[in-house]
Amino acid sequence: MSTPSRYWREIPQRYRLEANKCNRCELTFFPPRLLCPECKNRKLEKSKLTEKGKVITYTIIRVPPAQFSDQAPYAVGIIELEDGVRLTGQIVDCAFEDIKIGMKVKLEFRKLFEEGHAGILCYGYKFVPHGE
Amino acid sequence: MEGIIGYGAYIPRNRIKVEEIAKVWGTDAPSYKRGLMLEEKSVPSPDQDTITMSVEASKNALKRAKIDPADIGAVYIGSESHPYAVKPSGTVVAEALGATPEAHTADFEFACKAGTESMFVALNLVKAGVIKFGMGVGADTSQGAPGDALEYSAAAGAAAFIFGRDKIVAKIVDTYAYMTDTPDFWRREYQYYPQHGGRFTGEPAYFKHVTGAARGIMQNNDMKPEDFDYVIFHQPNGKFPLRVGKMLGFKKEQIEPGWLVNKLGNTYSGSSPLGLAATLDIAKPGDMVLIVSYGSGAGSDAFIFKVTDHIEEVRNLAPLTRDLLDKNKNYLEYGEYAKFRRKIRKAD
Repeated sequence: MSTPSRYWREIPQRYRLEANKCNRCELTFFPPRLLCPECKNRKLEKSKLTEKGKVITYTIIRVPPAQFSDQAPYAVGIIELEDGVRLTGQIVDCAFEDIKIGMKVKLEFRKLFEEGHAGILCYGYKFVPHGE
Repeated sequence: MEGIIGYGAYIPRNRIKVEEIAKVWGTDAPSYKRGLMLEEKSVPSPDQDTITMSVEASKNALKRAKIDPADIGAVYIGSESHPYAVKPSGTVVAEALGATPEAHTADFEFACKAGTESMFVALNLVKAGVIKFGMGVGADTSQGAPGDALEYSAAAGAAAFIFGRDKIVAKIVDTYAYMTDTPDFWRREYQYYPQHGGRFTGEPAYFKHVTGAARGIMQNNDMKPEDFDYVIFHQPNGKFPLRVGKMLGFKKEQIEPGWLVNKLGNTYSGSSPLGLAATLDIAKPGDMVLIVSYGSGAGSDAFIFKVTDHIEEVRNLAPLTRDLLDKNKNYLEYGEYAKFRRKIRKAD
């Protein structure tokens, strides 16, 4: 179970997909880093990831961590966004049999989990099918 | 000149039909469908609430407004189902949009009127010159007690409006508020479901306040029902907005574009704002639009908007409300619905 401070630290990434980009070798990092692992450049610019992508692979979680027990079974996928960055996230609003590798998805803001009956509500991104 | 510069809607994809609810409680579905003019209603997924739907509707409004979210000076969320008892919804929404830290935020509550309250305040702060851009959102994941008449209508949805002075989609002509202390519907602290006064929610509550606000704003602006192209009333069921429209002298054609309730249900604070979003989706430059909300307790806010040429440029930059309502639906059985709405819970 996370604490409010850990959740709070991740808000820029979880809510707004804030990443950073190396202005020398043009690599984008998510979550943001202090220096570029390729060229060790410390001058990294703030950037925002795109909100559309496609499913690279996925699995169905049937034995979940404790805070996700109410949600199981659920789908988790690796999603490649249009800017090339890959993220892990739940794929929702879609029957398991309809999830396909290569399927277009977009990001939606959802509740990720609740810290018990009295703790904080943790929000962030999930992925839903994108029919365009 | 002030008015709406961007608007956005969000409706969850789950639906439950009136027949499915009636089957469980042994009631007569055809008489509910006829009496309330309801066919089905939207249901939020377990990971959706007022905050998540407000974020999605606001992002759609931002797509149309095309402004830097950091320039939004006020983020107001109107709902009777704020997820926290203590902790604002608005901070999460503003943070998700990128409107923090230089913004004022508040959560409004006034039964089904909270959405237009948030719009009323955001708009008037822009008019007063206090802020450059202000956003008002109406959102709810409303609950009806199992077996209560409200269970057939209590639905989920959100609409967001960004107000500003340039590139206006709909110019504000006037605002008006009408309210009295009328206990027709309430929910006490620690109670999960609201209670209501049955038929008392009609004449002395909904009809008195909606007609009071509509007549008041029309009188102040020397306007008659025939001067409007469209009108949106709060939609607790299908029948009330059509009946109040007839009482005031409006025609069905003026009401229908924003009348979503038969397929959507009552989205409470999102109800008349979603009707306004659907109406702006089809309105033409120069059209006059009247919106009258209603919140139990009780009161109505009224707004007159004049649609501008700019509507054509922004309309298709975000999903249309009728598309969200009619496409990509997922029908639930009562058991799934009961789980989604936490009417039943898994053992710890």
